[in-house]
Amino acid sequence: MSSTITWFESYWAGIKHEMGGKAASLGEMTGAGLPVPPGFGISTTAYRRTALEADLDQQLAHHLNGMDVNDTDDVSRRCAAIRDIIRTMPMPIEVEEAIRAGYLELSARSGVTDVPVAVRSSATSEDSPDASFAGEHDTYLWVRGGDDVIDAVRRCWASLFTDRATCYRVEMGYEHRSVEMCVVVQKMVRPTAAGVAFTLNPTDGDRSQIAIDSAWGFGEGVVSGEITPDNFLIDKVVREIGRRVVSVKECEFALTDHDTVEKRPLDADRASAPSLTDDQIKGIAALARTAEKHYGCPQDIEWAVDADLPEGQNIILLQARPETVWSKKAPAASSVTKSGDFMASIVSTLMSPLYSRSSADGTEAK
Amino acid sequence: MADRFPSPFDIPTPEGAEGWQDLYAYSSLFSEDRREYEDSMFWFQDGVHWPQVLTPWDATFFEFAITSLSQYNTRHLLVPPANGIDYRILNGYAYLTPVPAPEAEIGARVEQFMQRAGHYFMNWNDLYDKWMVKIRDLVAEMEALHIEPLPEVEDFEAVVASGKGSGSGYALIDAYYRLLSSALKLWQFHFEFLNLGYAAYLDFFGFCKQVFPNIPDLAIAKMVAGVDVDLFRPDDELKRLARMARDTGVADSFVAGNVETTCENLKATDAGRAWISSFQESAEPWFNFSNGSGFYHTDKIWIENVEIPFDFITNYISLLNEGGDLARPVAAIHAERDRIVNEYTDLLTSDEEREAFAGKLGLARVVFPYVENHNFYVEHWSHSVLWRKMRSLGQIFADAGFIAEANDIFYLQRHEVPDALFDLYASWATPAPPRGPKYWPAKVADRKRIVSALKAAKPAPALGVPPEVVTEPFTVMLWGITSDSVAAWLGGGASGEGGIKGFAASPGVAEGPARVIFSADQINEIQQGEILVAPLTAPSWAPIFGKIGATVTDTGGMMSHAAIVCREYGLPAVTGTGFATSNIKTGQRIRVDGSNGTVTILED
Repeated sequence: MSSTITWFESYWAGIKHEMGGKAASLGEMTGAGLPVPPGFGISTTAYRRTALEADLDQQLAHHLNGMDVNDTDDVSRRCAAIRDIIRTMPMPIEVEEAIRAGYLELSARSGVTDVPVAVRSSATSEDSPDASFAGEHDTYLWVRGGDDVIDAVRRCWASLFTDRATCYRVEMGYEHRSVEMCVVVQKMVRPTAAGVAFTLNPTDGDRSQIAIDSAWGFGEGVVSGEITPDNFLIDKVVREIGRRVVSVKECEFALTDHDTVEKRPLDADRASAPSLTDDQIKGIAALARTAEKHYGCPQDIEWAVDADLPEGQNIILLQARPETVWSKKAPAASSVTKSGDFMASIVSTLMSPLYSRSSADGTEAK
Repeated sequence: MADRFPSPFDIPTPEGAEGWQDLYAYSSLFSEDRREYEDSMFWFQDGVHWPQVLTPWDATFFEFAITSLSQYNTRHLLVPPANGIDYRILNGYAYLTPVPAPEAEIGARVEQFMQRAGHYFMNWNDLYDKWMVKIRDLVAEMEALHIEPLPEVEDFEAVVASGKGSGSGYALIDAYYRLLSSALKLWQFHFEFLNLGYAAYLDFFGFCKQVFPNIPDLAIAKMVAGVDVDLFRPDDELKRLARMARDTGVADSFVAGNVETTCENLKATDAGRAWISSFQESAEPWFNFSNGSGFYHTDKIWIENVEIPFDFITNYISLLNEGGDLARPVAAIHAERDRIVNEYTDLLTSDEEREAFAGKLGLARVVFPYVENHNFYVEHWSHSVLWRKMRSLGQIFADAGFIAEANDIFYLQRHEVPDALFDLYASWATPAPPRGPKYWPAKVADRKRIVSALKAAKPAPALGVPPEVVTEPFTVMLWGITSDSVAAWLGGGASGEGGIKGFAASPGVAEGPARVIFSADQINEIQQGEILVAPLTAPSWAPIFGKIGATVTDTGGMMSHAAIVCREYGLPAVTGTGFATSNIKTGQRIRVDGSNGTVTILED
């Protein structure tokens, strides 16, 4: 029996079955030092206790017994009724209070009253009946306030009974009453700056460097190429910023009053100011390096600097995927240099004009 | 921007320095006799080792050193692409030109080089052990040189009764010749390992640049550099003596700036006397340490100028009293070195690469202690002995009225000294008036006047036609000369908007008021927190590295002494800027970025 909510940083592998894939993955990343937006998972226990108290199994039997999966109208009507029941069923007071307390705590950590959060469904495990529909379960963005969070949680639970999911279970012979769901509540990132980072130098494949592209606001403009970003090159080992190119970023992607993102022009001062401080650059580089070590291969990550979180905790990893261009190329070292014959290698070193190369690179870097 | 430097034949003689050529050997001068060859070469001023005007005798070590270097490249090892380094003296300054091996010979030299250099690499530790014995034996030989005034009468027992058959005049002349031959042998020893040490380092360097095209030179240097090297020992001894003074309760005996009183105070107590004998133990050999590069007779040697180590020790004692910690962060440096090696190892993509990396790093670390330590044994310890012996000889000349004071002997060329000695000897043997007292004082005075006229003129950084790219490995490694620095010289060294650039020699950023220092005599001017700006630094300046915030030098590369010492002390350093001492003034606030190799003048 686990507690109702589990913060990402308290996650451990033993509770994976109660947390669902998404929450488990966020917990694992947090534990590995990969700073995803902060938040917590609401365990399957919370769903089970609520369902038990509301006598949901009986309702399920009542509405779903004898459903004809080929009659789409019938399916639609029956599933809607179940979803209504779930959306309105009362939560046990301890469950509701635990979720509200978690949300308050998250708001406090973010330094914001009623912090906007994403509420997402998180399928329990790979082999469970609902796993195939993980992508279909609901996600609610920019949810504010305890009441709306509770409502969104119930909506996520209700998404267990979409028409497709319900039919699938019938066809596969799974029990409706055995399904369960974890829900993730996670701070919405409100970036002052965002962008991408590669854990190698994209121009020459040098794995000892990290390249960062950055612009003001949300990262959409950087990813799509609509904004020419600032570019920084950081040495992984020496941990110094080797090159900085600050571009004129005429626009930024910013949040509107309706919780949508729009492109807005920037005044000249802000447009030509660097979108990151040196400490932020180093923080993003450290994050990229951690991701690379965690996943064991060069990474292409999306990151953001959050406006709400305190300095030192405000660099957020949004996405990480393997780098594909350079990672597939064979290393360029020549056979002589790589051979164990050190004398041949020394002769080759003395004869090759290595300084003309390194010197040219040095000039460019300055 | 010009595409070449002035011809050596177009460089005017500074006013008042006419006739300067008489101060140096005919073979060290540019002349019409070799004009075609000399005009075809690229010459750079060696500001790393000889930033100041050479007096006539001081040219000895310059000529011995460069020739010995060349000999190892061409006659011992047959370094495939590189012949030796040719040298000249122009307006008193030392110039060098690397001589490439003829293209057609390179192939044939490879096999010989592999055999010869291979033998050294395979037997490095044995040969290095032998070197340590050889160098100590040589120092002992030099110390044993008997340079004493000629006696009124030869000793009965030692010379007459023993049937020795030769006298003190012969012995003195012989001692001078042996001093010269020891000095040449010393320089042969110096280069026995050095070129190979650099070659192994360059091989590792080249590999690192190949697998990590943008790896900072500094990171490579840090992986190879030793932490406990003999070059730091003199400073460590000062610290040990400061701690001993505190721990044995004699710290109060130390009076700043007054060695005599300090010594009297110390001699008054048992603990003080114990301290003095401990100082004397440290002094041999560790205080045979020059406050310069060791290449000039004017460099001050600690053991001859005990006020230098005493001042440093007195400073260290007050640091200790203020609760300061004198220890170098040795453990932190070790840990950082291991971290860097491990991280690069992790970043390599195959076991094959990791094996090559480990092998090359291993060889570089085997050979590098020589590169780091030889400087103490040759330029400091051995040169200290040689300068002292020369000063003893100078005193004999001074007493005989040949010159006004002992150090005037360095205004004689080395081949003029035997002539003067013979004059002295003959006048003693006969006895009859020597010509020397009438001949040398005027000559020395004239030469001193010429040397000060030469000093007043700054040397051209380079002469002749530069190569398209600087590829000669030793030129880059030893002198820090790259295509970039050549371009900067051609640009004239004006500090543009980009500020002053050099090698990112030791990481970190520091801001503070600049203190521009041109010679070791000025190092006492340095105040806490200032940034040292100098043509170059010497390892013996180590004690001031506790005071300063960063270092900027005109000359030197990643492996220059300033770079090594700053990394050791965790201070930012930018080396090889070319013009920092001309462009920065004492008192200006400057920012030194030792990670990017830039220096910015913030305000006047």
